[in-house]
Amino acid sequence: MQVRYSLAIPALAALFGVPAVAAGLGASIEVPRLNVSEYHRPYVAAWIERADNSVAATAAVWYDVRTRTNNPEGEGTKWLKDLRQWWRRTGRELQVPIDGVTSATKPAGTHAVSLPDAAAAKLAPGAYKFVVEAAREVGGREVVSVPFQWPPTKAEQQRASGSTELGEIRLELKP
Amino acid sequence: MTLSIRTLAFATALTAVGMAHAHNAWLLPSTTVLSKPDTISVDAAVSNDLFVANHAAMRLDNLLITAPDGSTVKPESEAKLKHRSVFDVDVSTVGTYRIAVVNAGGFASWKDKATGQQKRARGTPESLAKEIPADAQEVTVTQSVGRIETFVTVGKPSAPKPIGQGLEMVSTGGAFTDLAKGEKATFALHIDGQPAKDLEVTVTAGNTQYRDQLAETKIKTDDKGQFSVTWPTAGMYWIDASTKDNKTTMPQAKERRLSYAATVEVMP
Repeated sequence: MQVRYSLAIPALAALFGVPAVAAGLGASIEVPRLNVSEYHRPYVAAWIERADNSVAATAAVWYDVRTRTNNPEGEGTKWLKDLRQWWRRTGRELQVPIDGVTSATKPAGTHAVSLPDAAAAKLAPGAYKFVVEAAREVGGREVVSVPFQWPPTKAEQQRASGSTELGEIRLELKP
Repeated sequence: MTLSIRTLAFATALTAVGMAHAHNAWLLPSTTVLSKPDTISVDAAVSNDLFVANHAAMRLDNLLITAPDGSTVKPESEAKLKHRSVFDVDVSTVGTYRIAVVNAGGFASWKDKATGQQKRARGTPESLAKEIPADAQEVTVTQSVGRIETFVTVGKPSAPKPIGQGLEMVSTGGAFTDLAKGEKATFALHIDGQPAKDLEVTVTAGNTQYRDQLAETKIKTDDKGQFSVTWPTAGMYWIDASTKDNKTTMPQAKERRLSYAATVEVMP
């Protein structure tokens, strides 16, 4: 087994042209289980912010992707602005849906968020924040951010936890 | 909470906008305390955010304005806009006016015998009787009695006469329009004129769009149906309660859903 894997990985990397040493960035977002009488899955946005609060990349936006034709409540995009910080920083300049970024709202649990290597590769060396914002219908809003340095010098995991609308946010850095 | 807003959404939301989700139904008076006769404006809408008209206008078919002497006052300049309804009220006599939207009716669900499809309807006992086919299966009819109201006072407040029907908030001596930050107010909830014991009341400050947490306060009524609130800040507040029982007055209904929502103003 051991031998097979060590052979397989470089082989795969060679096949897809991905350098085995590429610096990587991965994250997971926990949507907490809430005991409320009326629950709606939260809208969530995750993005990478530079030291000056400008946005380097939006990693994920989970919203009600239904359109007026199949949603009695109308366009889910109406409430994107309730992700208030993301909306100010970059949301209002984006056109959803965005391939590989936007998706439907997620149930309670931990969900992986991957940043395309291409986006990570474009990050200039420096201090960044991975920011996650959640807003829930008839609920609250919360922003959690995880600071990190790019590029990372060693493989490491950074964590931060929300207290109301978000659970644990984990950021995986690979040099 | 779920119950009340569902019921209210059923009763008041525009069908075009839909009723799948629960929303708050509210009245928002421009002023609640006046020193002399004047005209006030009221917004009426159904939305999640208090008091932001961003969902649906409230239907005003069942708007009932009662003057301090018990007489009925007609609204003026009534208009149903896209996201809210508006109307003026000429408040000309001293005392407290009751401005209420009272929704009474029922909703039914059944399975169509031929297609097996789930059907729904709402309306009056008569209209439901007409809509439900004789051979319908698994028919459930639920009566709903909802009251959404607010109070406006010219000069010295008076106590609006209790309705004695459905779920309502009644005074325990204090006025509905004499609330101040830091002061404790006690009201009672009644069902059909009797104290509503051990019922959960939700009190939520307006301007929910300007804070991250909804920060609603949940209080249970005591043996006399009373509950107390010490107002943390000034502003408009939404008081909401709901329950259900089997004291239906609709022949087909087995269950009655009762809901109540009031908007009150707290002064600094």
